[in-house]
Amino acid sequence: MEPLTWTGALGTFLNPIFTVTLLSLALAVVGYLVLNFIENAQLAFGGPTSPPQQMQNSAVLLTTILPLVVLTLLLTAIYLLAGIVLPYGAAGIVGELGVRMLPVWIALAATFYLSITYKRRLGLYGKLFDSPIGMIGFMIVMFWVFTAIFVEMNLILTHDPLAQVSGMKNKLPGTPLRGAEDGDYAHYLLGGDNLARDVFSRVVKGSQVVLIIAPAATLFAFMVGITLGLPAGYFGGKLDTVISFMANLVLAFPVILLFFLLVTPEIRAAGIQIPGTDYIWRVPTILASILFLFPLVFFVVLFDSRYFTEPAKRNLYVGLTVLIGGYIYLGMAWDADPFGIISIDGGVLIVFVSVVFVNSPTVFRIVRGLVLDIKTRDYVAAGQTRGEGPWYIMLWEILPNARGPLIVDFCLRIGYTTILLGTLGFFGLGLSSESPDWGTTINSGRRLLSVFPHPAIVPAIALMSLVLGLNLLADGLREESLKD
Amino acid sequence: MGMFILRRVGVMLLTALCLTFIVFFMTNLYPNLEKLAKTQGNFRMSDEAVVSYLTREGYTAPLSVKYGRWLGVVPNHVYTDEDGKTTGKCIREGVNTAETAPKYCGVLQLEWGYSTVFKGDAGEIIFKRLGLTGWLALGAFAVMIPVALIIGVLAGMREGSRMDRTLSTFSIASSATPEYVSGVIFIAVFASSSFGLKWFKGSATSAMEDFTWANITLPIATIALYGVGYVARMTRASMAEVMTAQYIRTARLKGVSFGNIVIKHALRNALIAPFTVIMLQFPYLLTGVVITETLFNYKGFGWMLVQAASNNDIDLLLGGSVVAVVVVLLTQLISDIGYVFLNPRIRIS
Repeated sequence: MEPLTWTGALGTFLNPIFTVTLLSLALAVVGYLVLNFIENAQLAFGGPTSPPQQMQNSAVLLTTILPLVVLTLLLTAIYLLAGIVLPYGAAGIVGELGVRMLPVWIALAATFYLSITYKRRLGLYGKLFDSPIGMIGFMIVMFWVFTAIFVEMNLILTHDPLAQVSGMKNKLPGTPLRGAEDGDYAHYLLGGDNLARDVFSRVVKGSQVVLIIAPAATLFAFMVGITLGLPAGYFGGKLDTVISFMANLVLAFPVILLFFLLVTPEIRAAGIQIPGTDYIWRVPTILASILFLFPLVFFVVLFDSRYFTEPAKRNLYVGLTVLIGGYIYLGMAWDADPFGIISIDGGVLIVFVSVVFVNSPTVFRIVRGLVLDIKTRDYVAAGQTRGEGPWYIMLWEILPNARGPLIVDFCLRIGYTTILLGTLGFFGLGLSSESPDWGTTINSGRRLLSVFPHPAIVPAIALMSLVLGLNLLADGLREESLKD
Repeated sequence: MGMFILRRVGVMLLTALCLTFIVFFMTNLYPNLEKLAKTQGNFRMSDEAVVSYLTREGYTAPLSVKYGRWLGVVPNHVYTDEDGKTTGKCIREGVNTAETAPKYCGVLQLEWGYSTVFKGDAGEIIFKRLGLTGWLALGAFAVMIPVALIIGVLAGMREGSRMDRTLSTFSIASSATPEYVSGVIFIAVFASSSFGLKWFKGSATSAMEDFTWANITLPIATIALYGVGYVARMTRASMAEVMTAQYIRTARLKGVSFGNIVIKHALRNALIAPFTVIMLQFPYLLTGVVITETLFNYKGFGWMLVQAASNNDIDLLLGGSVVAVVVVLLTQLISDIGYVFLNPRIRIS
């Protein structure tokens, strides 16, 4: 089997065109920025003497950028999709990657087609498609979401992400699999890492770890922050002072130090022995049992304050919350699910808990600030005059009106949590060293970085792109939500 | 003003006490002590040997007593073995004896304890490493702040213009690149043989003695890049807000040129908020420093913290966290006081 080159046979005639296009695009963009800057400066500092038509220099250059962008995108699409029609290997590594990712492209195209068609009926989500920045961000995020989903359906992986193949250690991208049999995928598309595992499969598999833990941890942090921030902002006084002091305490704690102290095997072994029993209440369980209680409390109060005038409905909703939530709570925090379905591995639990712990004070501060602002509004005063309870006002009148900034912050915070998870992986804390998540993979790849950079660069770029996508998405959402 | 500072200092001390107690509690959990005993003795130590080591070193006392000792408000632990030889924290052979050694021996007496990893006085080690990190952080700030402020001001002075969009996208991208990503990419591109650009060195170990262009550029760029985006976005928001103010419109209608408006009228008010943000960047800088120093093998404060934490070097870890917490709290204090001074509306009222 021949080693694959990056662009294969396709590259021989496409590469020169692509290089020329890309170069001229780069020149045009840089030229535009410089010209625009100079013209802006002349306009700003040159006084009234400089004629305004000088702006046209950069405007002329601007007209060439759009066709060049379209051409570049078109060529990129050809590179990525040519592998579908060409025989195996002819389109090179890029082409074969495109073929492996085919389900993702189809799902992305379908999502965008449907969303843009019906965008006027989709509220804030639909408005996202008016903002180019938000659309790009959404596309990157959905790319990774679909990747994670299709990996679970076994459509993308080329090899087992944990399997080591002898002779493939630190091999460059496109190296043929040694001793490949029928049915094996013939190449390591993005090379092998220092334990001879397939880099491509590990990266796409790692997206699952990140995309499950990061949003879930952020959601829990929001539950904790909202449940504490609402009363602190609304009631104020001593309650506010105490909670704020505790939040500031956590915020003053250097994150990295907290991780090093909290996410260690020793801490997982430490705990309090419950008197009279053999049960040891371990530190992760202690923290989890406190932090995971907040969502439960949140939903119970949410339904109770809304339906307390209709006892039948209230009992139904609160009962269901306690039943379902309690079941999940038992499984997640105490590892005591009576049916044995829900359980979290100890290493993942402590990572999850510490990430929630680090994030919730910031959310608390944001919610508190929003409540302090919103509670001076007239509709809150009207609610108070109607005799509505404080929790009803907080949860059903203040919270929905604070949703805009909270949604934006939620997106940003998922990105930040992804970075935190990567940091944990980078220091080899928490998750097992075999885990394909991006931080751990970067950590194992960095030792040989100056000789074999590909095992560390691929997950690094993956992580960066996901965070970038989330940040762009948040930016687009903020812009669109401000337009109302 | 005096009352305000006094109250803030009080809260700060309380916070520092709480935080060091938490660190103390976590490092003194039994499995951590067991690990410490085994790394100091040997890994096949029996449980009895571990207990006798911990008793000798005074780790079996109640937590509050141990914390008091570390602070220096409870008489220090001394242990006399069967041969009648007395050991204790401040008893050093050749310097003093059990009789002449100070009774209280804690942080309040400026005794930071003994580092079990580096085999030396924890205080000395911390300040030596802190000095090294200080240079790195100084370099990073010297790059980060001017770049961030220029980007923020340029983007914010005409909100919604193409320059704003381009620069904002750049700052979003930079705040999406954590140190371990940018560091890895920088090393791979500029220091590895595979790309062929061997402009810089992938290790900054030699920078501890002597800064050169080749060995310090990548670490500084790595730390600065992640911070630039955030500070630039804050500056942009603040600048954009100021540019919509009434007095700016008045200046425009008077016929002041745009450059003068930006530099003489808007800039001073627009830089108040970024000042706070820059000050509050220090805590995040610590994480960046730890990652960068580990990645580039620059043996400063961050690297020291990693070594201390992975070996449960209690005294060094506590000393390091005191320094970290004090830095964080001090910058918060400075940012609060600075905000009051810079903002005439608060200063005068």
